[in-house]
Amino acid sequence: MFANFDINFILFGVMPYVALTVFLVGSIARYERDPFTWKSSSSQLLRRKQLIWGSILFHVGILTVFFGHLIGLFTPVWVLDALGIPYALKQWMAVLIGGPAGIAALIGATMLLHRRLFDPRIRVTSSYPDIIIMGLIWLQLAIGLLTITQTLQHMDGSEMVRFMMWSQSVVTWNLNAWVTVIDVHWLYKLHIFLGLIITMLFPFTRLVHIWSGFAAPFRFLLRPGYQIVRSRRTAPLARR
Amino acid sequence: MSHLLDRLNFFQPKELERFSNGHGQVTRESRDWEDTYRNRWRHDKVVRSTHGVNCTGSCSWKIYVKSGIVTWETQQTDYPRTRPDLPNHEPRGCARGASYSWYLYSANRVKNPLVRGRLMKVWRRLRETKSPIEAWTEIQNDPVLRNGYVETRGKGGFVRASWDEATEITAAANAYTAKTWGPDRVVGFSPIPAMSMVSYAAGSRYLSLLGGVCMSFYDWYCDLPPASPMTWGEQTDVPESADWYNAGYLLLWGSNVPQTRTPDAHFYTEARYRGTKSAVICPDYSEAAKFGDVWLNVKQGTDAALAMAFGHVILREFHLDRQSDYFVDYCRKYSDFPMLVRLDEQDGQLVPGRFLRTYDLDGKLGEDNNPEWKTVAWDRKSKGLVAPNGSVGYRWGEDGEWNLEAKADGNETELAVSFILDTDHDDVVGVDFPYFGSGATEFFSTGDDRPDVLTKNVPVKKVKTADGEILVATVFDLFCANYGLDRGLNGDWVATDYAEDVPGTPAWAEKITGVSADKIIHVAREFADTAEKTQGKSMIIIGAAMNHWYHMDMNYRGVINMLVMCGCVGQSGGGWAHYVGQEKLRPQTGWLPLAFALDWGRPPRHMNSTSMWYAHTDQWRYETLTADEILSPTAPEGDWNISLIDYNIRAERMGWLPSAPQLKTNPLEVAKQAKEAGKEIPAYIAQQLKSGDLQMSCEDPDAPENWPRNLFVWRSNLLGSSGKGHEYFLKHLLGTDHGVLGKDLGEEGGQKPKEAVWHDDAPRGKLDLLVTIDFRMSTTAVYSDIVLPTASWYEKNDLNTSDMHPFIHPLQAAVDPAYESKSDWEIFKAIAKKFQEVAPEILGKETDIVALPLLHDLPAEIAQNEVKDWKKGECDLIPGKTAPNYIPVERDYPALYDRFVALGPLMDKVGNGGKGIAWDTKEEVQHLRELNGEWQDGPAKGCPKIVTDIDATEVVLMLAPETNGEVAVKAWGKLSTATGLDHTHLAVPKEDEKIRFHDIAAQPRKIISSPTWSGLESEKVCYNAGYTNVHELIPWRTLTGRQQLYQDHLWMRAFGEGFMSYRPPVDLKTITEDVRDDGDTLVLNFITPHQKWGIHSTYSDNLLMLTLNRGGPVIWISENDAKSAGITDNDWVELYNTNGALTARAVVSQRMKDGTTFMYHAQEKIVNTPGSEKTGKRGGIHNSVTRAVLKPTHMIGGYAQQSYGFNYYGTVGCNRDEMVIVKKMKKVDWLDREATRKEAAE
Repeated sequence: MFANFDINFILFGVMPYVALTVFLVGSIARYERDPFTWKSSSSQLLRRKQLIWGSILFHVGILTVFFGHLIGLFTPVWVLDALGIPYALKQWMAVLIGGPAGIAALIGATMLLHRRLFDPRIRVTSSYPDIIIMGLIWLQLAIGLLTITQTLQHMDGSEMVRFMMWSQSVVTWNLNAWVTVIDVHWLYKLHIFLGLIITMLFPFTRLVHIWSGFAAPFRFLLRPGYQIVRSRRTAPLARR
Repeated sequence: MSHLLDRLNFFQPKELERFSNGHGQVTRESRDWEDTYRNRWRHDKVVRSTHGVNCTGSCSWKIYVKSGIVTWETQQTDYPRTRPDLPNHEPRGCARGASYSWYLYSANRVKNPLVRGRLMKVWRRLRETKSPIEAWTEIQNDPVLRNGYVETRGKGGFVRASWDEATEITAAANAYTAKTWGPDRVVGFSPIPAMSMVSYAAGSRYLSLLGGVCMSFYDWYCDLPPASPMTWGEQTDVPESADWYNAGYLLLWGSNVPQTRTPDAHFYTEARYRGTKSAVICPDYSEAAKFGDVWLNVKQGTDAALAMAFGHVILREFHLDRQSDYFVDYCRKYSDFPMLVRLDEQDGQLVPGRFLRTYDLDGKLGEDNNPEWKTVAWDRKSKGLVAPNGSVGYRWGEDGEWNLEAKADGNETELAVSFILDTDHDDVVGVDFPYFGSGATEFFSTGDDRPDVLTKNVPVKKVKTADGEILVATVFDLFCANYGLDRGLNGDWVATDYAEDVPGTPAWAEKITGVSADKIIHVAREFADTAEKTQGKSMIIIGAAMNHWYHMDMNYRGVINMLVMCGCVGQSGGGWAHYVGQEKLRPQTGWLPLAFALDWGRPPRHMNSTSMWYAHTDQWRYETLTADEILSPTAPEGDWNISLIDYNIRAERMGWLPSAPQLKTNPLEVAKQAKEAGKEIPAYIAQQLKSGDLQMSCEDPDAPENWPRNLFVWRSNLLGSSGKGHEYFLKHLLGTDHGVLGKDLGEEGGQKPKEAVWHDDAPRGKLDLLVTIDFRMSTTAVYSDIVLPTASWYEKNDLNTSDMHPFIHPLQAAVDPAYESKSDWEIFKAIAKKFQEVAPEILGKETDIVALPLLHDLPAEIAQNEVKDWKKGECDLIPGKTAPNYIPVERDYPALYDRFVALGPLMDKVGNGGKGIAWDTKEEVQHLRELNGEWQDGPAKGCPKIVTDIDATEVVLMLAPETNGEVAVKAWGKLSTATGLDHTHLAVPKEDEKIRFHDIAAQPRKIISSPTWSGLESEKVCYNAGYTNVHELIPWRTLTGRQQLYQDHLWMRAFGEGFMSYRPPVDLKTITEDVRDDGDTLVLNFITPHQKWGIHSTYSDNLLMLTLNRGGPVIWISENDAKSAGITDNDWVELYNTNGALTARAVVSQRMKDGTTFMYHAQEKIVNTPGSEKTGKRGGIHNSVTRAVLKPTHMIGGYAQQSYGFNYYGTVGCNRDEMVIVKKMKKVDWLDREATRKEAAE
């Protein structure tokens, strides 16, 4: 195995597991040890300028792209087949929805990055991780958009299917997953690599606030009454 | 257990039950998040302490400590309950105090001993081969070495030093200076002992053992109202804030209670709820103005005119047209109204002269003891002249008649207040009164063109004296004439109608003050009416504002006159409430021996700072005010046309003011010479002074022999806050870069002083060494040679008292001093120890000579009935009578530390005392031996120990009548002997009470009534000044023994201040054509009130406070003024005049009066201060555009209440008459640049 060592094995076969482990263990560790640092560190109080437009463009764009990737990559191929959705159609949808969303996110990210670097108030209150993660996300968005140039050359969706298979292989413990992406264009590889890096940095940056998105108090909307009393009791009161 | 696992409970039902028809839900979700808040407020201990930046608050605070760090503070709420019907004292505290825990660990903190780099380098090199004394001697004798560090003061370049090195340099410098120039060239400045008594005492004890000089502060700050000693013989004594609640009418005059007296302001609010009416007088729409029922926005600087009009109305309606029984009776008993004044003929006119004394009369009315000091009145009972009890003549040399009983010579009297009835007066004559209203500068002018002398008719009696028949009038009759009241005696300059424009009437005052006559009449009536109905419960609260004008005495005496006319002084809920930085040192008499080492040698060496700084920062060389400008047109003939510094020299020569440095020759040398000559020291010095072989230092402040050489500044920010004439300090005292823009009298060709020696080249850098002891890098620290880090208020044990409440309060060490700092007590112990090590090389047991002025409350206060200068041959030089006394004091330099930490033998031998009475202290000293332990061997064998700061507090508490009931009974007993009335009933119920440090640590304690103060600490009344004078018939410590509204000293009359009148602000001429740039047209009156964001009780560089304001220095101007100079809000502006320049942002506000700018006091140049375009240096502080100006009447001495006392009387540092040019800055230059390689290398 080591005799014919391949970097692709490390990057796309091993690294995803490392990244996901760091991501999960790191997040849990931080939540347990430093709950006070678990925050989005909004700088809105320091300066609103460039934030409102930047943040909305960025968040709407990135959430669209994120869910696009999630659904696109992890929907099993047989589901597409069963539903009779041609790969090419899916590829077109990805480009048409993901493209504009990516552009919106990149514009937003550019505004946010510019603000972070060149607004003295924001700059001086930024930590290194704040700046690094913003820079990486910007880069990732830019590369993601650049991959469209490659995608447009094979709109049949063949490349896309390879990524779907790779992703699904990773999460289904298929250790040969890496083989599926060996000969894709280097831009795609770079995009995946950077994505894994961001995944690894995730627990140590303000990105942890994404987790909290899932923990948002949705239940509040469905609460039965207006007043909630949090009791230390573990059992209901005995009936009187 | 785990935040995450605890939340992974999705399959457990959250809901326990519902209630309220389903609208409420009880859940069982995790509540761990609540611990966040619990931990936030969890702490290890709570310690009681308070804040001590010149704040009268003395508020009780809980200091919370967590993991060895002070985390926050909250207000304590456990003051002892006072009385039913009186609101609680708590909560006390303000935002400034609450922000202190931030300051404790801020970057502003000094962390290590720091020494100026160049000095340190030389010192370390020299110390390799030389002893400390030799090293310092070499540095001082080599101008290159000395200038090397002197010129870099204020320009950075500090290096860290060890405590050992820093104290060694200091001790060596002190020893060298004592040996070379004299111990009186080692000077220390520290203010307001009440805020941390032991810290103050640490430095002053060291200086006093050394023979160094303790500098005054209350007068220098201009918080001392000289009108108070003039009127009452009392430095300042005021009601506690709780007494506001008892008032029926509250007049707030220039005081901004909610802003600057925040912890007390609740009593003001509560008084309003009780129904007390309130009028507020201030030029700006201040926070206090919002509390008032009526706001009188007087033009600043014209308060005296307003007071005069108030007085005019009160006299007319309550003393003349209708006589209020209460007022008339009060004034007869407690004021000098019935006393007789001689009318002197001068150029064919009559002017009020001296009080008639018994020695003027044939037979002296049978008074042989001090007949020149007993004043005379007309008695209706015996229909003759009598010398009423209580005048100062009865105070000394006899016992039993120094009281305010309506008696004279043992007989009941009924003194005549007025001779207005035809049957009473022998004649009605015209008497001249000076009028100053027409001499106002352009800014204050109302176009008044009245003559400067107004002749008014006064009823008089003829009296036969030893030198023939003279005319006399009562003070009251002259007083009414002075206020311009027509009493049917015909003549000019008096009015019956308020609408007549005659000096004194409301109509006249309206023109000057801008306050409508209607309002003046209305407020005066209400004020007096309330006082009449409530027997004196009308109160006037004043801040420092009015006292900072050159003619502050006129403002204050105007106010005091109103209160006396209405019988308010000494009555609960009434009187004069002057709240400034005086911070009452309640256990004063217990503290004095500790502070000034009276247990080892007496007297201590005290100096009045205003005169000292005026002379030694060479502000006198730039004096623009001449005596002619302030002299009265009715002045008796005399040599009046001399410079202000000349007056000061005369005053020092005649023993009126203290002198330090005192003689051109080292006093240690003089003592040796006297010994060689085989003469007594006073006689030897008298002879040498007369022959001219010895000279007083004051006559030549610029001669190197007379310079102050070493200066300690601790608990103070002399250069960044109180230093009027900041730029002159920098130029002459420190010898570094400065922003003085004007020229001195030599360059200007002005009138030079006659008595002071003029050197064409003014000295630069008089100080050899400036040592600042502080916990913060203040402006003063920045300019120092050595900075020693001290403990802050949460890091040391100390005592703190206030005039605002009756409790004694501790400061306590909640944590150890941070970084390398030590408490002040430990720092001065360390310096003393070092001194004891290094000094024996050149100093052994020595005899020092202390020049002592004629002090108030001692027999010397009646030394000079007439003004005679020995130097002019008008009298012989008799030390202690016509000149300062010269008293030998033994110094044991090799045992200085041993003495520092022991309570010396004089307490056993001589005892203790204060304010004219003395008592034995053997018992207390024995208690201290038992409490603190005693030294078993060494130079202090058998003396009680004072090793720790808590030991020191115990000394104070044990010796003070206020905290030791036994001593209080003793002290009242001694006073009873003097007055012939029994006062001990005031303390007997508390005889067994002894307050210890740990008592006050547990809870602030109410103190015990003591004769040191004129009010009572009682379960029945709130503390109120003058209460015992009125209710116990103890005389005021004045010439007449009464509240003295007429001042008869020659200089008072010469300067036109026998009676109160309106004197417009003086012209300081600091806006010269030389200094003014073309196009700079906006000239404003520069006012420096106290702010909301600093001083009381934090500093202006406190980030939390800066965040609440503009984040740096600001000035306030009105919208109109701003518009005229093209300034908009938040613009950077520069203010300048010949004294210097400052930079700040402009706050443009509707609350400001046109023509005025406010720069809140003590905004330092260490935060956000750009360079000045005018000086090219960093923009200054508020005092960069001011200069101290002396007033001759404050120098008077040896004349009853007008005698010197430390912080009691003397010249004051006024600064409100100043004008500045305000202009918008073109370019804001922060003067930030990289150091050059050469600078960096240093």
